[in-house]
Amino acid sequence: MCGIVGLHLREPSLEPRLGELLTAMLGQVVERGPDSAGVAVYGDPRLSPPGRGVVSLLGVTPEEASIALPGAVVVAADATTVVHAESPVPELLATIVTALPQATVIGSGEGFAVLKGTGNPVQLADSFGLSGVTGYQGVGHTRMATESAVTPEGAHPFSVGPGQCLVHNGSFANHATIRRELQAQGVQFDSENDSEVGARFVAHHLAQGVDLEKALRLLCERFDGFYTLLVSTTDSFAVVRDAIACKPALVAETDAWVAMASEYRALDVLPGIEHARIFEPEPEEVYVWQR
Amino acid sequence: MAALTGVETADLAVSSVRDLNQALHAPRPAPSWRVLNPRGAHSVACGLKDEVTVDIEGHVGYYCAGMNQHATVTVHGNAGVGVAENMMSGTVRIRGDASQSAGATAHGGLLVIEGNAAARCGISMKGVDIVVGGNVGHMSAFMGQAGRLVVCGDAGDALGDSLYEARIYVKGTAKSLGADCVEKEMRDEHLVELAELLKAAEFDEDPTDFRRYGSARQLYHFKVDNSTAY
Repeated sequence: MCGIVGLHLREPSLEPRLGELLTAMLGQVVERGPDSAGVAVYGDPRLSPPGRGVVSLLGVTPEEASIALPGAVVVAADATTVVHAESPVPELLATIVTALPQATVIGSGEGFAVLKGTGNPVQLADSFGLSGVTGYQGVGHTRMATESAVTPEGAHPFSVGPGQCLVHNGSFANHATIRRELQAQGVQFDSENDSEVGARFVAHHLAQGVDLEKALRLLCERFDGFYTLLVSTTDSFAVVRDAIACKPALVAETDAWVAMASEYRALDVLPGIEHARIFEPEPEEVYVWQR
Repeated sequence: MAALTGVETADLAVSSVRDLNQALHAPRPAPSWRVLNPRGAHSVACGLKDEVTVDIEGHVGYYCAGMNQHATVTVHGNAGVGVAENMMSGTVRIRGDASQSAGATAHGGLLVIEGNAAARCGISMKGVDIVVGGNVGHMSAFMGQAGRLVVCGDAGDALGDSLYEARIYVKGTAKSLGADCVEKEMRDEHLVELAELLKAAEFDEDPTDFRRYGSARQLYHFKVDNSTAY
């Protein structure tokens, strides 16, 4: 099944409550995906202070990161180690590749951090310290593994471009073919997960200069299978479903926020939900909200 | 659960759906129920088999009123996936919108959705009557085998795909018809049938504004010419 939650805040006064709301939303979709979870948080000053490069890593301990990256600030969050430094992101990434060759980068950007782990999503949210997080946008995912092993690398979100991330409920049928095509163009992969192929495809097209809406329309043309996707960047929040739309999705919108979830009960925890406009996204229609 | 007004009240903010459903499954349940704070909970008022009335004050999650027999369930809000799935008899009314697969595989009874229904409304319907005040999504009445689907708004893509015998009435437009679904003549007996359905659903639409769709019955027969397609 897999559970998706996402919250894009329009009302700045809610930003201190981002983590608390995201934690409550995540807790409502645990049964949809009890094996692992991940979140991406935009604008939290502890994880990603303004003006600093941020990289989220798996496969290294906070101690290893502290020793290998003098001058960087290291934040431990379950299996994930987040580092931020004065350096611009490309420079920080280059340093990490050399100093921590065993590390897997699961997210990078400015003002943005990705946290992933395996196990019960509620315990993971606690381990991430999610309820204390602040910011203007967050996405979360609870995974029921179908296409690849239960590992932190296989958990969502997949963040493979600066500040971008993708979470997926469903399965791509032709991911192996598209993976080979992308690999032939020089794209590298970190996992066997089908959703990573979707994320790499979107990032590949964004890097070529197309906008998010166009990238997701191209994805609909190319990918077979079942999918509800929530895709975010530092200034966008987008939802798309496949032509059959068998995977659930609900959007709720108020003047204060836009939220998306697999089930209504995850939206019910939001302030003002009783006055929200609630709808199910149409198949193969790309919905994008801009900051 | 006080019975001061003759109506049993269950507040799902303080008691569980399982407690509610067990009370509704008791040998002689109270005849009238009010359910507060459903908050998108799944399986509310499922498997009812007595002539009870249940009013649910808010939005429900998946499979509300599934397998219903004889009960009258009203959701004063929206319903999630599979509302009234496999209903046998009774009435289920949704005052708001319904998600996918409303009335899936239902054998009987009446499902009224006052708002819109999403994709695959009435999928594999087997005798249920479904009346939708607004629109239905794509592939509604997919593989319908018996029963009637009435849509007062528009229907999405592939209406009645692989339809066997169910009858479909649409007031607005059908974006496209699915395999083997065709428009059919609206004869007097259909106007009478539709008027009865609209009355039962408490809608005041004019039956003459509707068009009728049904099965061309071509999929019953294997065509050897198509064998190379498999």
